[in-house]
Amino acid sequence: MLATIGRRLLTVIPTLIGVVIVTFLLTRVLPGDPAVYFAGPAATPQSIADIRKGLGLDRPLPEQFARYVNDLAHGNFGNSLSTGRPVATEITSRLPASAELTFLGLILSLVIAVPLGILAAVKQGSWIDHTCRVVATAGVSLPVFFTGLLLVYIFYYQLGWAPAPIGRLDAFATAPPNYTGFYLIDSLVTGNFETFRAALSQLILPAVTLAVFSLAPIARMTRASMLAVLASEFIRTARASGLDTRTVIITYAFRNAMLPVVTTLGMVFSFLLGANVLVEKVFAWPGIGSYAVEALLQSDFAPVQGFVLTMAVMYVVLNLLIDILYGVIDPRVRLEG
Amino acid sequence: MTETTATEALSIAPPPATVAQAVVKPENNSIFRHARYVMSENPVTGMAFGLFALIAVLALIGPYIVPHDPLASDTAATLAPPSLHHWFGTDQLGRDIFSRVVVATRLDFVIAVSSVVLVFVMGGFAGIAAGFFGGWTDRLVSRLADTIMAFPLFVLAMGIVAALGNTVTNIVIATAIINFPLYVRVARAEANVRREAGFVQAARLAGNGDFRILLAHILPNIMPIMMVQISLTMGYAILNAAGLSFIGLGVKPPTPEWGIMVAEGAANIISGEWWIALFPGAALMIAVFTFNLLGDGLRDLVDPQRRT
Repeated sequence: MLATIGRRLLTVIPTLIGVVIVTFLLTRVLPGDPAVYFAGPAATPQSIADIRKGLGLDRPLPEQFARYVNDLAHGNFGNSLSTGRPVATEITSRLPASAELTFLGLILSLVIAVPLGILAAVKQGSWIDHTCRVVATAGVSLPVFFTGLLLVYIFYYQLGWAPAPIGRLDAFATAPPNYTGFYLIDSLVTGNFETFRAALSQLILPAVTLAVFSLAPIARMTRASMLAVLASEFIRTARASGLDTRTVIITYAFRNAMLPVVTTLGMVFSFLLGANVLVEKVFAWPGIGSYAVEALLQSDFAPVQGFVLTMAVMYVVLNLLIDILYGVIDPRVRLEG
Repeated sequence: MTETTATEALSIAPPPATVAQAVVKPENNSIFRHARYVMSENPVTGMAFGLFALIAVLALIGPYIVPHDPLASDTAATLAPPSLHHWFGTDQLGRDIFSRVVVATRLDFVIAVSSVVLVFVMGGFAGIAAGFFGGWTDRLVSRLADTIMAFPLFVLAMGIVAALGNTVTNIVIATAIINFPLYVRVARAEANVRREAGFVQAARLAGNGDFRILLAHILPNIMPIMMVQISLTMGYAILNAAGLSFIGLGVKPPTPEWGIMVAEGAANIISGEWWIALFPGAALMIAVFTFNLLGDGLRDLVDPQRRT
């Protein structure tokens, strides 16, 4: 098992190299002069020349690349133009907010989509099956920012159940001490249930928005793969041997049906991380997505570059975890690997 | 696997040129019969074709039939709820939302179509070349596609627009680039199975060069499956472009576009003016829904084994 993981880790290296090259090239394909771009609208020729020298833009391209990689290795993502703060610290401090939101969204969506998909497959053609199909088709068609706004209108303006969409906590609650950066966990650890409730009530709408968006592929894949497994011979044998339906479906079919679902998780993460940006904008969530959007609109390139790189590295790592999980679920992968 | 066998079964269709016209005719007929059969089996597909026609017509003549000027503001009637005069209400500048939603159809449609056409050309040709030539071409194209896939796609699109510059053209390019791997994968797999097919070998024996074989023999054969891919990615292309303009990229106000209109209405949602964001958002949803259904429907036509 360890050897398999080791080999899989090695395959990450070329991917990471590709990611770094692309994020590097993103700055170099700028139609204008990157130095002018980095210097901002109020630059003088002197300051542009300084920046060009400071960024090493007067050097040959391979040398610039080496410099970029060296900076990255030292955790230096450059400085934001508008705030002057280093991009790396800003991203580190905002990352937990995005991660908490994304994970809660994913968990919600798994909790709803997997049972829905299983039920739809077991009771094929029933109303659950039709619900599943409608939910799956509607889920992929709904623009995620639109779902978010609808939820805000219904649950904040009409019903008054949810707090105003103004970030992670309302003005009256105080942030919990920073252990993990996840407000839910930190407030529980310190036994501060007041803050826990406040943080959860802010988190629930954006998390549901993300869940609605990622439901569709998971439910669809669960249904399809359960149907395929239920039609296979070992299930027929298990049924013929007199095992009760519960055991057949949960112990036999479910574990086998989960494999393709775990594979789709990779795609789901790609959706989630992208949708995260839009959801953060709708709910004024202080995560890395809204940081990048603000920077983008001010033509402040270093934060955007750092953001793209961070997201890509996270996505590569998540895909790696999915592959390892796949090996845990399916012993055959271990043998072949 | 089932995908390739099914399409092959269908794409044996082009009969040799020596066969009389009479043989071709029932062939066409049966395709229409098949289409009618699929439609009657799945009325939703028929509805999707209808909606698609509506969207296309609105994109074409929308600006000429709207009751109000989409850019004209009316300070006397700001934030008016839907009424007989303003069917979808007015926004914070008193502009008629119905007119803006209808006029926006063209821009959204053009962005989606042009990005899909662009990626069809880029990804399609790169994929066919990779599948047909193999070797270095294949490794280069596949590595490029893998690298794009290593990014969360919307995030990469943001980065590309940021790098190339904040314009509508660059939104089209970014949307095309993030769809590139999908097209490469399909085209590569389809070209790969046909590489040693009898008709390709016959064409080669007859003295055709590689490029001629690619364009005249392989490309027409994988067209049906690529068309399905196009309509399947259209919905995603619209969503992606609208998402980019929602966060403020590409389309500049006051241009009517669904994504930016939802963004403009977002601030009014918490004070209860729902119509500003709802109608453009609903238009966006219907368009994406139509393209997704259309894609499923076309796939049923082309590839009966994957029918759901």
